[in-house]
Amino acid sequence: MATNKRIDEPTGTETVGHEWDGIEELNTPLPRWWLWTFYATCLWGLVYVILYPAWPLLEQGTEGVLGWTSRGQLEQALEDVAEDRAPVMAAIASTPIADLPLNEERMTQAVAGGAAAFRVHCVQCHGANAAGSEGYPNLTDDEWLWGGNMEEIEYTLIHGVRHPGDPQTRTSLMPAFGRDGILSADQISDVTDYVLSLTDRGSANAAGAELYATNCAVCHAADGGGLRAFGTPSLNDAVWLYGSSEEDIRTQIVAPRHGVMPAWEDKLDPATIRMLAAYVHSLGGGEDFMEVAPPAEEADGDE
Amino acid sequence: MESLTTRSVMWFVLLILAVMAAALAHDAAFAAQMVIVAIAMGAFLWWTLYSSKVDTAGNWLRAPSDEGRYDDDPVRWGVIATLFWGIAGFVAGLFIALQLAFPALNIEPWLNFGRVRPLHTSAVIFAFGGNALIATSFYIVQRTCRARLAFPGLARFVFWGYQMFIVLAATGYLLGVSQGKEYAEPEWYVDWLLTVVWVAYLLVFVATIVKRKEPHIYVANWFFLAFILTVAMLHVVNNLDMPVSLLGSRSYPVFGGVQGALVQWWYGHNAVGFFLTAGFLAMMYYFVPKQAERPVYSYRLSIIHFWSLIFLYIWAGPHHLHYTALPDWAQTLGMVFSVMLWMPSWGGMINGLMTLNGAWDKIRTDPIIRMMVWALAFYGMSTFEGPMLSIKAVNGMSHYTDWTIGHVHSGALGWNGMITFAALYYLAPRLWGRERLYSLRMVNWHFWLATLGIVFYAASMWVAGIMQGYMWREYGADGYLVNSFVETVSAMWPMYVARAFGGLLFIAGAVIMVYNIWMTIFGHIREEKPLTSAAYNPEADRPLVAQPAE
Repeated sequence: MATNKRIDEPTGTETVGHEWDGIEELNTPLPRWWLWTFYATCLWGLVYVILYPAWPLLEQGTEGVLGWTSRGQLEQALEDVAEDRAPVMAAIASTPIADLPLNEERMTQAVAGGAAAFRVHCVQCHGANAAGSEGYPNLTDDEWLWGGNMEEIEYTLIHGVRHPGDPQTRTSLMPAFGRDGILSADQISDVTDYVLSLTDRGSANAAGAELYATNCAVCHAADGGGLRAFGTPSLNDAVWLYGSSEEDIRTQIVAPRHGVMPAWEDKLDPATIRMLAAYVHSLGGGEDFMEVAPPAEEADGDE
Repeated sequence: MESLTTRSVMWFVLLILAVMAAALAHDAAFAAQMVIVAIAMGAFLWWTLYSSKVDTAGNWLRAPSDEGRYDDDPVRWGVIATLFWGIAGFVAGLFIALQLAFPALNIEPWLNFGRVRPLHTSAVIFAFGGNALIATSFYIVQRTCRARLAFPGLARFVFWGYQMFIVLAATGYLLGVSQGKEYAEPEWYVDWLLTVVWVAYLLVFVATIVKRKEPHIYVANWFFLAFILTVAMLHVVNNLDMPVSLLGSRSYPVFGGVQGALVQWWYGHNAVGFFLTAGFLAMMYYFVPKQAERPVYSYRLSIIHFWSLIFLYIWAGPHHLHYTALPDWAQTLGMVFSVMLWMPSWGGMINGLMTLNGAWDKIRTDPIIRMMVWALAFYGMSTFEGPMLSIKAVNGMSHYTDWTIGHVHSGALGWNGMITFAALYYLAPRLWGRERLYSLRMVNWHFWLATLGIVFYAASMWVAGIMQGYMWREYGADGYLVNSFVETVSAMWPMYVARAFGGLLFIAGAVIMVYNIWMTIFGHIREEKPLTSAAYNPEADRPLVAQPAE
């Protein structure tokens, strides 16, 4: 072996003397920079495994000289953020919601914080732009099922809608007129026609009007404008929670669907809920408080 | 398996078994898979009977007559399979890239992103890369050992068994059969098939080395052996599971929870390390010195970087699980071994690039050398990026972003793609006994289209990933997160389109390659101007002076 060593002419380096299918190898030494960088990374590794948790032992791994843990790092990061927010959170928590719009800076902070919390907790149902979708109310318009001033919105956030286990939750139940046999199919057609006529569609028939007056008006109001005390949607405008077609309306009368929203009291702190209320209120459709007259850029009441 | 009768009976029995399995299957997907097996067995049976009458294999392959030195038919099939699966895998990649930019392209249920994505990854890694590795390893081991391939029947089983594995895996994904482990999606029965094929591969390879007529084993064969052995171990351990039924497509894994995750990424990372790095370094160690006609730069470096690479790589997997339920000590070790892996990886790049010492002018004149140099440059770039991304502080930002996708593709398109293309261009005229390739200028076009494609791909994914990572953690002045997830997705849209465009360019280059090699196989030579008009002056070529040993 190694009998065919020769000096490679272009590089002046000796070959090792082996040859495979015409391939030879030079006996070039390891590049120094390569070797020293390799040593340096190994040395760094050695130091690192002393400083940080590294070696598995019988019961658990070594903990490292620095006492670092990934969970600890996460807790620290969360604490840092909470600490930054703490003064603002405290101020918002101690400001009654009705007074929030009076302090412009506080209101801006509340809207910013509410926007962040909305992205985490609310977009799943109400959508990234808060426009909702079928069955999930649009929060950017001025149609409110349970009230659209900041206090009402905060109440809805705290107690939720039809949230089991919260006695103060917003709740109401529309009877299943078709499924439970309260009205016949013909009667439901008549009422559907009548409801359509409230938005100038369908035919206003006397039978439908009478059925509406006896069965529906108590909750949806005589003119179809809805009643906030029951969280009933208005039937005389362009906003429809479960669709506006004749088929949609009929389906809802036969066997109504009811939305549910969690009571956030259990999950979020009061300041975050207040900020969410401020943010939702600021989206465009927020209403004034009855008694307070705010300086009002956010609150453009058009009730 | 000598006699025609034995072989025909074997295929017939397998055909009957597959039909029975299809009839008794517990789920529709398993039945469909068994029908595919039955069709394949039927095809083999027909071919066995047909080819006994006419010796057609050599004809359709257009192979030169076998002089008895080397057994190259499996290599020729491998070259064709590499081209075929390459195009299939690239097109699947372009399709899912477009799905990300235009979600309407998700055609439910068979062609949604969740099913086509593993189809793409398996097609490019295991079908394109795997066939390239099997073909080149069979080619290289024979020549560097001066020995004809051992167990020729088994070698053919390796090739066809591997194609069967690919077809079953790919059709399984589209049918929704997956065990949900990245790069190890095929279910138990496909895993078992691959295990048998892989052991046969190991036997053929080792037996050829054993009967070598060279005193030493060439470095390329060390890398191939490390690749075959380690992949066997990884594949078996990560796929230890219990089938629900021997006639159904479902199974439950032995390892669950965080142990399952650790085993999965021990497998996943070393699939990169031993399949895409060690295996392709073996290709590099043969084709670069052959094409450059220069000796390998440093024998000593090849020894040191080989052993340090395979020793360190196997521990680096946990860096895929930073900041997860994996214990901190395992995360630390994964990161430390990854950083130490930097120089051992670069050893291969140095040895490849510096082999051009004394032949640097070929980068200008030889597009195949240019592809090899580019492959090594991307190899160096990705093997620096990898250790960097494994550092926790960097990983905390980069993980789960498209930076990872950019990193993988700079390695996959740049390193694995380019070195494979170069090897195919080297092999085609030699395997089919042609004077030269059909067209060297087309190689040049392929080189530039692929390069431009990679630049579009990698650059757009780097921008997308880093932007995404910083958007996720962006805090406003009042201490609240600024962006919702969907806002980060819509911000990446232009980058997704740019990435798909890069992929299109890469495919265009590959299509040119297929045409070029096709014409080479058919023995055509394109009339064209030589690639360079500048004369080579050996006096002006000043190689780097070797450093004295210390």
